[in-house]
Amino acid sequence: MLESFLASTIAMATPILLAALGELIVERSGVLNIGIEGAMLVAAFCGLAATYFSGSIALGLLAACAAAMALNALLALLVVNFAVNQVVAGTAIDILALGLTGVFYRQWFGVTGRAITIAPMRPIALGPLARIPLIGRALFDQSVLVYLAFALVPIVALAISCTRYGLELRAAGERPEAADALGLGVYRMRWQALMIAGVLSGLAGAYLTMAYSNTFVEGISAGRGYVALSVVIVGRWNAWGVGAASILFGAAIALQFGLQAFGSAIPYQFFLALPYALTLIVLAFMGGQADAPSALGEPYVRS
Amino acid sequence: MGGAIKWRIATMATSLGAIASAIAIISIVLLALGASPLAVFSDLWQGAFGNWLAATDTLVKSTPLVFTGLAIAIAFQGALWNIGADGQLIIGALAAGAIGPALGGWPHPIAIALMMAAGAAGGALWGGLAGWLRARREVNEVISTIMLNFVAVQILSWAVHGPLMEPSRSFPKSVTIAPTAQLAFYLEPSRLNVGMVLALVFAVGCHLGLFHSARGFELRAIGRNRRASAFFGIPIARITVAAMALSGALAGVGGAVQVSAITHRLYETMSPGWGYEAIAVALVARLNPLAIVPAAILFGALDNGSQAMQRADAVSPVLVNVIQGLVIIILVAFDAVAARGMRGALLGDAEGAVAASGAAAEAGDA
Repeated sequence: MLESFLASTIAMATPILLAALGELIVERSGVLNIGIEGAMLVAAFCGLAATYFSGSIALGLLAACAAAMALNALLALLVVNFAVNQVVAGTAIDILALGLTGVFYRQWFGVTGRAITIAPMRPIALGPLARIPLIGRALFDQSVLVYLAFALVPIVALAISCTRYGLELRAAGERPEAADALGLGVYRMRWQALMIAGVLSGLAGAYLTMAYSNTFVEGISAGRGYVALSVVIVGRWNAWGVGAASILFGAAIALQFGLQAFGSAIPYQFFLALPYALTLIVLAFMGGQADAPSALGEPYVRS
Repeated sequence: MGGAIKWRIATMATSLGAIASAIAIISIVLLALGASPLAVFSDLWQGAFGNWLAATDTLVKSTPLVFTGLAIAIAFQGALWNIGADGQLIIGALAAGAIGPALGGWPHPIAIALMMAAGAAGGALWGGLAGWLRARREVNEVISTIMLNFVAVQILSWAVHGPLMEPSRSFPKSVTIAPTAQLAFYLEPSRLNVGMVLALVFAVGCHLGLFHSARGFELRAIGRNRRASAFFGIPIARITVAAMALSGALAGVGGAVQVSAITHRLYETMSPGWGYEAIAVALVARLNPLAIVPAAILFGALDNGSQAMQRADAVSPVLVNVIQGLVIIILVAFDAVAARGMRGALLGDAEGAVAASGAAAEAGDA
């Protein structure tokens, strides 16, 4: 029981973590990307569709990332180059993604009532490690995307705090005028960040349809992109915090399955609402934005 | 005066141009998918206005969009980015649906007033909570309202599976509200009811409050420049909470009208996403309460027509989401191009633009 709860926690945390790491990079560059939910959704759809038509997982992953990057490029054009309000543009992207995936799904796969399925990505057991009692299955018998997501936590943490790239990224998010004056190119930094986030939310979306399940339903991202937004806040805009918050939120979601199976007296809606309520409570107590990048959400217009 | 009229015509042209461009893009997508755009749009039109019944139902389906559109307009005018009209509508509907069955002993007008008051209170609670978090705890209202949407959906689901579930307990729906709490249909078989009239009254009220009252002026001042408003002694925290509560109340009344006039009880899903669609409505209306009404009817027509389109053309009704998303994107891009280099030109309201720096800008200041 505990073993499968742990495995399920890691599985649920993975797409949130991948998306949240991308969102972290974007937010450190000064952009609030509400469109992350939409990017995950189109990636989930395109990953599945490409795998279905080509039979290749690799092509599926590629298509998922390309689709999310395309959507993020549209967002970048709007919020970076046109300096459009980031909330409005991001929300529009989410609405658009819901519509596009729904229309294309219906058009390509019809409404047969029979779900389209693919052969999903198999978990890769890491030899004897996978047989460690209790934690073996959770940590060492998972999809390659899970390993990648958790390996990215220290990499992103180091990249942001200890590299030249991280310094420039933070400059764009904290003092864009100063960064531009130094020739760091705020537009370029924000575009780059959104492209990196495109890859990560692409993998997050692909995980939903190609590893966690092997099918697509309309709106399959089910608010996970928004959870990723809160993970970045709860994680105080740092990769280690994001990693920990993702596991916490993954556990909240996994708990729901576990307790439902147990026939708990607590209504299941309580657990479905938990990640969101948790975010609100954490935000209310931690105070919202003390650690946020100074220029977060503020369009930068080069003068 | 002439300038104002010219401005009005220009913005109206931009809104219509955005819609036309969205339709053009969608036609290309439909062609690529092997569907005929002409057939799809003619079926959309037929479904929305093809006959008396379709046309009246378009009005019925526009009604919640007027309420949520007003909710968004009020909040956005103050640069409060309320993405939570959906949750506020749901909590409003929940409050009305919860007291509705107990209103049997009350005279009809009072029962209706109580329903609306419950809806307003529920929505105000949900919106005001986000406003309070923003004003007192520095929590970005974009994030809090999105979270509150999800919480609201689960509370409603719990209510109709639990305490409010009808006695036979076979379906997740609540007990029917008392007949005195129901808004009657006029000219049956149409579902026309007094809800749209109420929506018009609220639109006029919002217009007066926003453009002809001191509080409305202060709200718009905050929207344009929060820091300067603070400097001039405008009570920002109080107005932020009040505006978010009012915004939520408007959406909540929309939910109450829906329960009172249309569903007569609560179901697991009370909103097909009106709170999000309202963002497109409000932007097309340039955050102008009076213009919200035609904009809501436009999007209500799309919603209504999409069902006929789905039957006739086997195109998913979420095509209207594509239209909504494209309209918003094209509209804000138009404005940005028109005002290239000018900050604060995003929403372009009559008195000058709502601060483009947006929600988190102030969060950054904090």
